[in-house]
Amino acid sequence: MNPFPGAGILAFIIFCVCVATTVAGGLLAVFTVRIIRSVCGLALCCIGLAGLYYFLHSPFLALMEILIYVGAVCVTIIFAVMLAEPEENVSREGRARDLVWMVSAVLLAGVVFYAVSRLGLSGPWPAPPAPPGDASVKAIGISLLTTYSLAFELISLVLLVAILGALVIARSGRTKP
Amino acid sequence: MNLARFYDRPDVYLIVAAFLLALGIYGLLRRRTLIGMLIAGELIFSSASLNFMALNRFLAPDPAVGQIVVLFIMGLAAAEVAIALSIVIAVYRNYRSVDTSDLSELKG
Repeated sequence: MNPFPGAGILAFIIFCVCVATTVAGGLLAVFTVRIIRSVCGLALCCIGLAGLYYFLHSPFLALMEILIYVGAVCVTIIFAVMLAEPEENVSREGRARDLVWMVSAVLLAGVVFYAVSRLGLSGPWPAPPAPPGDASVKAIGISLLTTYSLAFELISLVLLVAILGALVIARSGRTKP
Repeated sequence: MNLARFYDRPDVYLIVAAFLLALGIYGLLRRRTLIGMLIAGELIFSSASLNFMALNRFLAPDPAVGQIVVLFIMGLAAAEVAIALSIVIAVYRNYRSVDTSDLSELKG
């Protein structure tokens, strides 16, 4: 006898909340005019994505998603918004041209969405393997330090170069009067 | 189809990933500032990560590989954000604007 009779329904409701959070965050990130609301939408979208990662049996990546995206990327973008004060002013082109641009962007996005989701739903996926392998944090750590050690070292180099390059680019011209 | 096992199928995840990709492409085309375009690019990164994770969970023989790939995507996205934002700040210092229609010095 199942000790928690409503557990399946509860998990389904939480899953729906996660999907709705992701979709609403994405919509907010794209369709709002003020850029700071767009950053908040990106943060909301990443929180929903963390929930989806949890449903995909990967709590480690859910934690990393919140830590890196919400904690680092969104905060950095907010810093840049405060430094650069971007304002989305109303279009300087004519209304008709703006409308044409908007319709073509919607059409392109719709075509991409239709094609990719159709590909995902109708693709001849192979059958899943019968015994699923080990997906624990321990297995991730072992393969990071054995099979993928070169990529692991390379990405640390990439991050180092990115930090130095960001410092150089953002500082140049600052000390000049 | 049992409603309660809905989250154990790859379909929903793939559709959400495709939706995020479409939103990111729309944002890249419609946004007028560099930071807005960067946010749309982050949405595209997220959609790729979600796609990797869904296929990794349901179809891959070794479920650790997809998580490692998504970790690498997150690291590259963080590096990209750092570089792009420093470029945005440098552009703002030179032009007093991050509006894409003002950055037309090389326009033929």
